Amino acid sequence: MSGPTLDESADDAILDVDGVSVWLSGREVLHDVRFRIMPGEFTGLIGSNGAGKTTLFRVILGLQAASTGSVLVGGRPLTRRNPIIGYVPQKIFLDPDMPLRARDVVALGLDGHRLGVPLGWGRRRKAVDAMLDAVDARRLADARVGSLSGGEQQRVLIAHALISRPRLLLLDEPLANLDIGAEGEVVALLARIAREQRIAVFISAHDVNPLLPVMDRLVYMAAGNTASGTTAEVIRPEVLSALYGQHVDVLRVHGRILVVAGAEGPSGVTFEETDGAAVGPDIVALR
Amino acid sequence: MVNTWIAATLVAVIAGVVGFFVVLRGSTFAAHAIPHGAFGGAAGAVLIGVNPIAGLGVFAVGGALGIGWLGRRGRHDVATALALVLMLGLGALFLSFSVEYAAAMYSLLFGEVLGVPSDELLPIAGLGIACIAALAVLYRPLMLTSIAPDVAEARGVAAQRIETGFLLVVALAATMTVPVVGVLLMFSLMIGPAATAGSLTRSPRNAIALSVLLALATVWLAVAVSYLTNLPVGFFVGTLGAVSYGCARIWTARRRGRTAPA
Repeated sequence: MSGPTLDESADDAILDVDGVSVWLSGREVLHDVRFRIMPGEFTGLIGSNGAGKTTLFRVILGLQAASTGSVLVGGRPLTRRNPIIGYVPQKIFLDPDMPLRARDVVALGLDGHRLGVPLGWGRRRKAVDAMLDAVDARRLADARVGSLSGGEQQRVLIAHALISRPRLLLLDEPLANLDIGAEGEVVALLARIAREQRIAVFISAHDVNPLLPVMDRLVYMAAGNTASGTTAEVIRPEVLSALYGQHVDVLRVHGRILVVAGAEGPSGVTFEETDGAAVGPDIVALR
Repeated sequence: MVNTWIAATLVAVIAGVVGFFVVLRGSTFAAHAIPHGAFGGAAGAVLIGVNPIAGLGVFAVGGALGIGWLGRRGRHDVATALALVLMLGLGALFLSFSVEYAAAMYSLLFGEVLGVPSDELLPIAGLGIACIAALAVLYRPLMLTSIAPDVAEARGVAAQRIETGFLLVVALAATMTVPVVGVLLMFSLMIGPAATAGSLTRSPRNAIALSVLLALATVWLAVAVSYLTNLPVGFFVGTLGAVSYGCARIWTARRRGRTAPA
């Protein structure tokens, strides 16, 4: 009778994905995906290449229509150019010699979608400097973006996405192609942003381990199926085995997690290929 | 001679500004294909007895739309190449029918900057202003789609429309400048100064300004030397473009070599 707390929190969810399926050229790429993200939460989207992570992002960004199901962002149905969402692409296309500084890329985050030449240089410059300070990248402001390292470019792209003050930050594999040091720095930066500015961070990755220290919740994807919850709830042999459709073992080694395909499950699960799609789990922790 | 200087100056300003975006977006192949393909249109215009500039314009705009349309459905470079060969093929056909093409075609290929008539200056200036105004309007989405097309899409920018709009600007610029500097030169004037400017400065605004200045210097110098030596303007524009880019690369490489940590 008294409203369950679950429903109250549903109203506050910054992202509510409810039963989303996507069919692309006759194949179901996403199957009945459902999860919620609350303001300021740090959520990982974990899965190997081809699991459907990018498709899910494209749905949330309004670039791909869902075949069934609904997505609410900030309590409202999807639109393109949703100012609530900031998006960090996996990489940008820049030749090292291109005449474009880090500050120019960040400034495009303010109003890059508008027509015309930008005005109000002083005000824009201040906003850009403040944003670069916030991601510890002020010293990179006047460097050519193309000449920055992968981790530095990620910082600049994060600043580019944050400067329009989104409430949900989507990051597509920001840790791919980073060395371990840069990986840790980017994760720490994102965790700080989520905590201090109450921005929900939704980050896709193929390895769960770099995110373990900071992740509030995770959405685990395999072959278009998802399971969501806290790490302890999801990274369990029963849950992941059901997701992959075959027996999976979860090993914990020095605080790291390895998800390994079990050769023969205890219940004698036989391996089956479902309509040609590879469903076998990768060894997630080992790259 | 006054006309020559005015025409050369207008062309340099347009090529410098348009060229900056061509180099930034990596659209040099399209910038090559559109003026070269448009040459076929000029041949057609000569054949049916209308102003070659009309033929240039029709083919340039048609080529830009074709590249934009085909590029949406497949690889951009393949679409560009197909548009180019189709237009060149038509040009070859028109030339084979024509008997009086030699002089007119030669001047379109290599330009006749030393003989620009007064009544062509106004259209050149008009098209030039249109090009620059269009680029000013498209400035931010052009920059954003150049570096991160999917971010632009997510923010509601129709990246394909921006691309087609940009190709149309290149087509306008080609129509306007080809009769002055010629097909061969239009291309070198767009790429050389813009690429040189890009490697000398990091800020886009400075790079556009420097690109225009270098294009002006290139054209003025080329026209002057061509006038004195009676050798083709095109030779000097092409050579100056390549040499200035080469020097800029050597200079920046040495500077970076000095400042890079050991």
